[in-house]
Amino acid sequence: MNNRHLNSQLAYDKLFRYIFIVSAVIVGVIIFSIILFVSKQGLQTFQDVSFWDFHTGTVWNPPGQYGALPFVFGSVAVTLLAIALGGPLGLAGAIFMAKVAPPWIREIMRPATDLFVGIPSVVYGWVGLTVFLPIISKYTGGPGFGLFLAGVILAIMILPTVISISEDALRSVPKTLEAGSYALGATRWQTIYRVLIPASLPGLVTAVILAMARAIGETMAVAMVIGNSPQLASSLFAPTATLTTEIILNMGQTPFGSPWNNALFYMAFMLLMVSLSMILLIRFVVNRRLANDR
Amino acid sequence: MTGNRLGNTVATAILWAAGFFILGLLVFFLAYILGQGFKVLSLEFVFGPAANGGVGPQLFNTFYILVLSLLFSVPIGVGSGIYLAEYAKPGRLTNLIRLSTECLATVPSIVLGLFGLIIFVNFMGLGFTILGGAAALALLNLPVLVRVTEESLRTVPHAYREGSLALGSTQWQTIRRVVLPSSLLGLITGITLVSGRAIGEAAVLVFTAGTSVSRHYPDFNPLVSGETLAVHLWYVRGEPLVANAEAVAAGSAALLVLVVLFFNLAIGLPARIYQRRLRGSS
Repeated sequence: MNNRHLNSQLAYDKLFRYIFIVSAVIVGVIIFSIILFVSKQGLQTFQDVSFWDFHTGTVWNPPGQYGALPFVFGSVAVTLLAIALGGPLGLAGAIFMAKVAPPWIREIMRPATDLFVGIPSVVYGWVGLTVFLPIISKYTGGPGFGLFLAGVILAIMILPTVISISEDALRSVPKTLEAGSYALGATRWQTIYRVLIPASLPGLVTAVILAMARAIGETMAVAMVIGNSPQLASSLFAPTATLTTEIILNMGQTPFGSPWNNALFYMAFMLLMVSLSMILLIRFVVNRRLANDR
Repeated sequence: MTGNRLGNTVATAILWAAGFFILGLLVFFLAYILGQGFKVLSLEFVFGPAANGGVGPQLFNTFYILVLSLLFSVPIGVGSGIYLAEYAKPGRLTNLIRLSTECLATVPSIVLGLFGLIIFVNFMGLGFTILGGAAALALLNLPVLVRVTEESLRTVPHAYREGSLALGSTQWQTIRRVVLPSSLLGLITGITLVSGRAIGEAAVLVFTAGTSVSRHYPDFNPLVSGETLAVHLWYVRGEPLVANAEAVAAGSAALLVLVVLFFNLAIGLPARIYQRRLRGSS
């Protein structure tokens, strides 16, 4: 009896060990199948379209001309704008939360940052459309759609990513480093920018890279405010498009397997490659730092 | 010396300003969204069928797809989180799984939507379905679940495990009777977080669950197309044919934010406070 109980417990132990290993392996299988299927569909584009023309052409007029450069430019431009506006603000917010704010403000700001994440991206887009668009339109005299508005909305959307990762990085700096700086007579600001920021730099870089990954992949909010015109942006306030917005607007209107449709899948593959290389970049940044510390 | 002190004062002022600007931005967003929405929100709008200008079917689909996606993603996500926290030894396999999780977490949601389109809509030939949408959405939840599971299991003190193992229990018994119960609140908070994010997701669902609702309401058939609230907000914006689209958009936006707030405050916050109390007393 006792022996049988023991055997069944050992069998369960083994069974669940396999279940957990299998679940972990499934996660790996999923990411590989995503890469496989999206690339397989996307690379069919080049049976009909020249690889060179696709990547360097500036005229998007399918079926006929497949120049995807305007979308690549749009995606890169909104991402850089978002980082330029949201990065410093988010970093300042993180320093404020980690080192300056009294505890009760910190207790408010932490759930507040979670709420920023909680607001759905379609709602960000809708607020951009109903609040920010009329303001920009009034000051520029144009319709208001374009890179600038998309960049502003994305800057707000990446705030929680920048804040939470930077704050963690700042907090993980050993207290002795900070105390040493104060003991040498440094002011709080001197301590922050001479000691805390350099010491937490890998974390801060990670925050910026992850925020960029979020910005470049964001679809709904950008599609609502960018104007969706498939041409190279002539100014910050002219309607244009990005990789994500072109996919979401045209995927439903093109037959599966057609060159146009395949081209959209190839754009998704480009986005996938960009986000995967960002992960590898983060690993590189963090590992290099660890190696230096040793 | 005075220069340094001045610099310190100026920097401190800027940091305070940044903190308050961020808080102010959030307050403005919430006030605007809810303020615009309360003009529209009524029982008829929230629960009424589409024919009467309501978003009842969309609200139903939102929760239906959320629940199905959690059914797919929680077992696998928690399972691999347990593997990483309790079983994994440093090595190539562990490294590969960790890398996969990180990669999956940064895949743009539109790409997950297109993957779902290839697999469920075209390859399996299901068309736009609630089931396909839920499965694609599960891919979005999965990496977050793995991370929160691993993190909350790691907060359980090692002595608990050693105590259990010393009493002669197997590793699975230790996990089930000791580790999981002690980290339950962390898991619940994590699932709440995931749910809040999944409720507002639209890019994954447009090409997997579709942009139309069933004629029946509520329709539990998982093989029909099911537009969610977030997709509806996206769709009415681009459709001039929808009657009073602006009001529907304002109402849907407010409803979405209310649901997310409810998840954060009603489930997330008590769990967090309770957890803090537990830690404070031990």
